[in-house]
Amino acid sequence: MRPKRHFIVMSLAFGYAFLYVPIFLLILYSFNDSRIPTIWNGFSLRWYASLLDNQQVIDAALLSLRIALVSATAATVLGTLSGLALAHMDKFRGRLVFTALIAAPLVMPEVITGLSLLLFFISSEAMIGWPAQRGALTITIAHITFSSAFVAVVVQSRLAALDRSLIEAAMDLGGRPFAVARDITLPLIAPAMLAGWLLAFTLSLDDLVIATFVSGPGASTLPMLIFSKVRLGVAPDVNALASLVIVIVGLGVLVAGFVMRRRQVGESHPTSATDPPHVVA
Amino acid sequence: MKAYKQRARLWRAFVIRLPYLWLLLFFLAPFLIVFKISFADPVLAQPPFTPLFDWTQAGWGVLQATLDNYRFLVSDNLYALSYLKSIWVAAISTLLCVLLGYPMAYGIARARPDVRFILLLLVILPFWTSFLLRVYAWMGILSTKGLINNALLALGVIDEPLQILYTDTAVFLGIVYSYLPFMILPLYATLERLDIRMLEAASDLGARPMTVFWDVTFPISRPGIIAGCLLVFIPALGEYVIPALLGGLDSLMIGRQLYDEFYANRDWPLASAVASILLVILVVPMMLLSRYQRAAA
Repeated sequence: MRPKRHFIVMSLAFGYAFLYVPIFLLILYSFNDSRIPTIWNGFSLRWYASLLDNQQVIDAALLSLRIALVSATAATVLGTLSGLALAHMDKFRGRLVFTALIAAPLVMPEVITGLSLLLFFISSEAMIGWPAQRGALTITIAHITFSSAFVAVVVQSRLAALDRSLIEAAMDLGGRPFAVARDITLPLIAPAMLAGWLLAFTLSLDDLVIATFVSGPGASTLPMLIFSKVRLGVAPDVNALASLVIVIVGLGVLVAGFVMRRRQVGESHPTSATDPPHVVA
Repeated sequence: MKAYKQRARLWRAFVIRLPYLWLLLFFLAPFLIVFKISFADPVLAQPPFTPLFDWTQAGWGVLQATLDNYRFLVSDNLYALSYLKSIWVAAISTLLCVLLGYPMAYGIARARPDVRFILLLLVILPFWTSFLLRVYAWMGILSTKGLINNALLALGVIDEPLQILYTDTAVFLGIVYSYLPFMILPLYATLERLDIRMLEAASDLGARPMTVFWDVTFPISRPGIIAGCLLVFIPALGEYVIPALLGGLDSLMIGRQLYDEFYANRDWPLASAVASILLVILVVPMMLLSRYQRAAA
């Protein structure tokens, strides 16, 4: 018979506990009314209240949100085009390099990407005077670059699962390429584009290492601020901030996942839109 | 008809070239610059390295390349040890991810469809939530005044708090915790296609459970295992955040060395050389990954 059921169930229980207990503990201790974060001293919302007074945190959060909105949108445009190119355009010059350029950002260690982009921006500034300063703009460009690769993979896998004859029929009937893309392809890949946008948004919101490299004086994103605080150890107000971010992002993703599943009931690939890009590549 | 073809060609060129140019400019070109700077000498200037070509001399570009940075990296034990240590830590963490992730992926693939959706979503969810914050969550659990130590002290198992935070154990934990979903998902993708009737046929024909596993299940999931291992190993090798937050001061991970070389010592050419070597180490795993991801999908 199958491998022992108990062993599988135990592994699942252990694995999910391993994945989720630390997060629940973090959220629990964010309500702790104590300066010492690990000793429980009663329920309190004081650390959440203190966040609202902290202008530094609010500024960093707003900067992060702004960068995430812009970079996710641009990455969705670029990534969708890349996905189209990879899925529907079989032969073009440099396809191999293009494929590699899409695949590499997905696993490239962040220190390498960050260092190389920073040196690129510095060299470019020395040669043509652009970018005049590093900050929100350079972080946004960096985020567009790596998130567009993630969007491309999500869109490509959706296109690969689709019936290509629909699009080819429209083309054969004399549809203008852009019109076909707008009226046929776009509605079909919209869920994948939305999933890609969400992924790009959360990746941007989460990025610490690349942003630290390419940022300049004065531009501190939320992860950069959090990192500078937690390097010194656990802090109760960071617990509150972390809990807020995790709960908001987690709920958003859960809702998106269920909405997409309901929309896709009856289709042959029920999980494809919520699958992370690596798997569906 | 001619106009139609022309439009099709224009659209095609647009779809391909816009993202292609973007990636060439902001992804490939930066690597070439890193590679170039790794052959420069550090100088006290802004930017703090010598140009590869010196254009000032009589209109000719004079090549000013030096292998000093690489020579230094090879001769200095610290860096050799850091590379080896990083490979070791990434390899052990990858192995731990397989040991925990395989039974989980198997369980998810065998679950009822509605349960399977929930289980999958619960694996994907951490992937979407902040990496930094999830690593941070462990700091409160592992510290000397943390939950594990408090619990063990209260139970009387230990008399003095254990030093877990800022050790290699904490780094292993952090990497397994952060990258486990990367292992489970490709494994699940291959195990999902496993036809249960094949297993039943094998056992009906008298094969013992372990034989069924090694002869049927395991070979089918091999592309998933390899893809999952590479998805964990490659980013773990250059990991910065986990050793910086959970590791000790002596945790010689190469990602951290690179960061320190760049910011603390401001030796950009040396940092570039560190990055270039790391990239060379990663080329083979990355090529393998692109091959096996296609197989696993």
